[in-house]
Amino acid sequence: MKKLLNCFSQGRTWIISVPYIWLLLFFFIPFAIVLKISLSESAIAIPPYEDLISYADDVLNIKLNLGNFHFLLQDDLYFLAYLNSLKTAFFATVLCLLVGYPMAYFMARAEASVRNVLLMLVILPSWTSFLIRIYAWIGILKSNGLLNNFLMSIGLIHEPLEILNTNVAVYIGIVYAYLPFMILPLYANLLKMDLSLLEAASDLGCRPWKTFLKVTLPLSKAGIIAGSMLVFIPAVGEFVIPSLLGGANTLMIGKVLWQEFFNNRDWPVASAVAIVMLLLLLVPIALFNRYQAKEAANEAK
Amino acid sequence: MKLNKLSLTVLTLGFAFLYLPIVLLIGYSFNESRLVTVWAGFSTKWYGELFADDQMMSAVWLSLKIAMGASTGAIILGTLAAFALVRFGRFWGHTLFGSMINAPLVMPDVITGLSLLLLFVAMGQLFGWPSERGSLTILLAHITFCTAYAAIVISSRLKEMDLSLEEAAMDLGAHPFKVFWLVTLPIIAPSLVAGWLLSFTLSMDDLVIASFVSGPGSTTLPMVVFSSVRLGVSPKINALATLIVLVVSIAVCIAWWFARKAERDAQMLPDEE
Amino acid sequence: MNVATSTATMADSAKRPEQTILQIQQVTKMFGDTKAVNDVSLEIRKGEIFALLGGSGCGKTTLLRMLAGFERPTAGRIILDGQDITALPPYERPINMMFQSYALFPHMSVEQNIAFGLKQDGMTRNQIGDRVAHMLKLVHMSKYARRKPHQLSGGQRQRVALARSLAKHPKLLLLDEPMGALDKKLRTQMQLEVVNIIESVGVTCVMVTHDQEEAMTMAGRLGIMDSGEICQVGSPTEVYEYPNSRLTAEFIGSVNIFEGVVNEQAEDAEELLITSSELECPLELSLNASVSAGMPVAVAVRPEKISVSFERPEQAANWVKGTVSDIAYLGGISTYHVEITGGRRIQCTVANVARSTQDRATWGDEVYLSWDTASGVVLTS
Repeated sequence: MKKLLNCFSQGRTWIISVPYIWLLLFFFIPFAIVLKISLSESAIAIPPYEDLISYADDVLNIKLNLGNFHFLLQDDLYFLAYLNSLKTAFFATVLCLLVGYPMAYFMARAEASVRNVLLMLVILPSWTSFLIRIYAWIGILKSNGLLNNFLMSIGLIHEPLEILNTNVAVYIGIVYAYLPFMILPLYANLLKMDLSLLEAASDLGCRPWKTFLKVTLPLSKAGIIAGSMLVFIPAVGEFVIPSLLGGANTLMIGKVLWQEFFNNRDWPVASAVAIVMLLLLLVPIALFNRYQAKEAANEAK
Repeated sequence: MKLNKLSLTVLTLGFAFLYLPIVLLIGYSFNESRLVTVWAGFSTKWYGELFADDQMMSAVWLSLKIAMGASTGAIILGTLAAFALVRFGRFWGHTLFGSMINAPLVMPDVITGLSLLLLFVAMGQLFGWPSERGSLTILLAHITFCTAYAAIVISSRLKEMDLSLEEAAMDLGAHPFKVFWLVTLPIIAPSLVAGWLLSFTLSMDDLVIASFVSGPGSTTLPMVVFSSVRLGVSPKINALATLIVLVVSIAVCIAWWFARKAERDAQMLPDEE
Repeated sequence: MNVATSTATMADSAKRPEQTILQIQQVTKMFGDTKAVNDVSLEIRKGEIFALLGGSGCGKTTLLRMLAGFERPTAGRIILDGQDITALPPYERPINMMFQSYALFPHMSVEQNIAFGLKQDGMTRNQIGDRVAHMLKLVHMSKYARRKPHQLSGGQRQRVALARSLAKHPKLLLLDEPMGALDKKLRTQMQLEVVNIIESVGVTCVMVTHDQEEAMTMAGRLGIMDSGEICQVGSPTEVYEYPNSRLTAEFIGSVNIFEGVVNEQAEDAEELLITSSELECPLELSLNASVSAGMPVAVAVRPEKISVSFERPEQAANWVKGTVSDIAYLGGISTYHVEITGGRRIQCTVANVARSTQDRATWGDEVYLSWDTASGVVLTS
């Protein structure tokens, strides 16, 4: 039971309200503004959109322009970009899980001294520049890059594979960049697991592989959800990876939003793209939030 | 031992995947040739070119300044937020507050960047502040998303802390404010350092949000790197990458040394009763 | 000092031999809808060690935390040495506490931990140094002054915690489950050591524990708590030998309880006769409670007061025949579980004086259990 010390109660309001107001102002309200701009009409002005509300000659005009959303529906480009983003993020998440789960599992089961070194090794790359680590893959994947040279030198292929500027390169990039985010929550979860449960299962006659399926895997559900959400949600809106590794033909919604904003300077459409993306991600984000809140509640016990 | 062999294979392959690209970058930063694929002999000329690049150097400097400010701001707000989350039970809007701490961890950068830009534009129109976008708006944006990370790091430490330590300090006559300075802060200090470092690297690393909210004349390091990388492979970037890896590794080694020292201290065995 | 309360205290203390230092007056603490502490009144005498004993959730810790100032009573007052401290925050109370987890500051050395409270009082560096040295000597920890808490063993940590809470010379020392973090063997040793230190300093002490052995070893008086209320207050002997309720009887030690009805009795009778449907013969015991004929009561008999024999006792009351169904051999003593007619089981303990087991009753033996008139206690609630 966590009881409030009455001595803290005066400072309480103050301590809560400072970060609260900051986050409301810089995190929450901006979404409302994005929604507002998405309903406005684009204009050649600074900033490049018309106001929703105008007041002239005693007439209050409120103009809600649904045209931007209509436009998104009409043009195949957006639909395909959303679809491709969701698809890419989903398969990349699955791949991350397939690579990350065994790693997290064996890390958690390693000796305590080795475990900490391994954990540091997983975290270390994320402390170096994300951009540069993605850039490294260009040199590896391009047609006269290291991978192709290597495969040709051992005679496995005779002409270079086209990997860079394809979806495959995007998958590799996402898995590479987000792997630590998958491993960390899984590792934390698997480490906390009571090993006597596994012993109990094998004592009751369960074979190792079945024990894994029937005990370990269900118990690590929370870690799987957390890790998957940490990969899936940002991957949907990923911009750097598709623009560096995906080439001109890869349609990802983060890239489309960027182009609408920076190249076409169409802020209302960019906002509409963002609003739709947010709606698509609402369920996964809510899932992630619920998991985090549950974890916090568990720890507080 | 079958399992050991399997685990060794899995971990070796996994870590090879994580580290191979970094090792290659370091190797090729010393390559005489401009081409990644050809090894033309050892050279440090790209390091010279990197340091001679004024645009790059001023971007590094700006990024460092912003990262310092952002991480310091983030741990102050993050500490307050962590206290609000861990210590104060439920308050009005608790769930919303929790969501605003957790959501930035997964929110796609393009959405955060766009929304913050629109906020700054709207604020500029309404209050005339910030009048233009530049390093200040980048700083505010970075403080905001780093606060979420800092709050999570600090709150996990705060949750572990034994509340009776604070009660003991109060019982011995320390006022709540002094309790915080003399007991709470030193105990959560490692998490403040971790939160600060994490925020620092996140800020140093951010391309997308900074691109949205920056203005003319405020170009951060990732923005310079991105525009040069887009044009193709540049050995200068390899040199930069090597330097970043070097700095990070040194920092990690120092942290490692401190952790080991603390561990050794802890292992000094108490005398038998 | 508050004049009104001080005169009241003076008047009170004149009546009693010992001076009262702490008065808990009708204190109630609510957490939401649950009453953690319900209308508790208690007086603690100067210089005594008082133990609040009870199971988990009985409210003993909440009561202690209210004394320390971490919780504010919903109703009632706490008066320490004539001063009403009910509303005083913990850092202004002349009360110090030794925490169950010891709560030693991990980032400070043993010395710094002990000096912490003294620094808050603004003592000079020299005064603090002297006091810390004295406290370290008192708890035999002078050698370890510069160690950090994590470099100490459990017993050493406890000594430091004790020294820290005594350093400010508090008017009242609170101990929260003082032996809770120690293993069993160390516990017995530390119990006596802590009592010796506390007595040598002469500080009044209120402790909270769920361990009756600990309470009885350390405290001069006990208060048994259950569901937020104090059921009985008294010396360990009083509480053990003369429990006033079923609850106290069952909480402290083991006990056999027989239900029965009070028989008619002569005006000047010194013994009380009780008929129990569970026993063939009546229960006879010294008069120690005000009861009237026909009243349903319970009689408690401690296992060690019952003797086991193969022959039928000569007395007319206080015996029963049964079969040995279980024997727990505990080394110094053995506990017999004897099943009597009706299936009821009675516990009795037998000291294993002789080494051979030949003469002792064993499984399946038919035995007679008997006890004196002085052994039974009437429980009215």
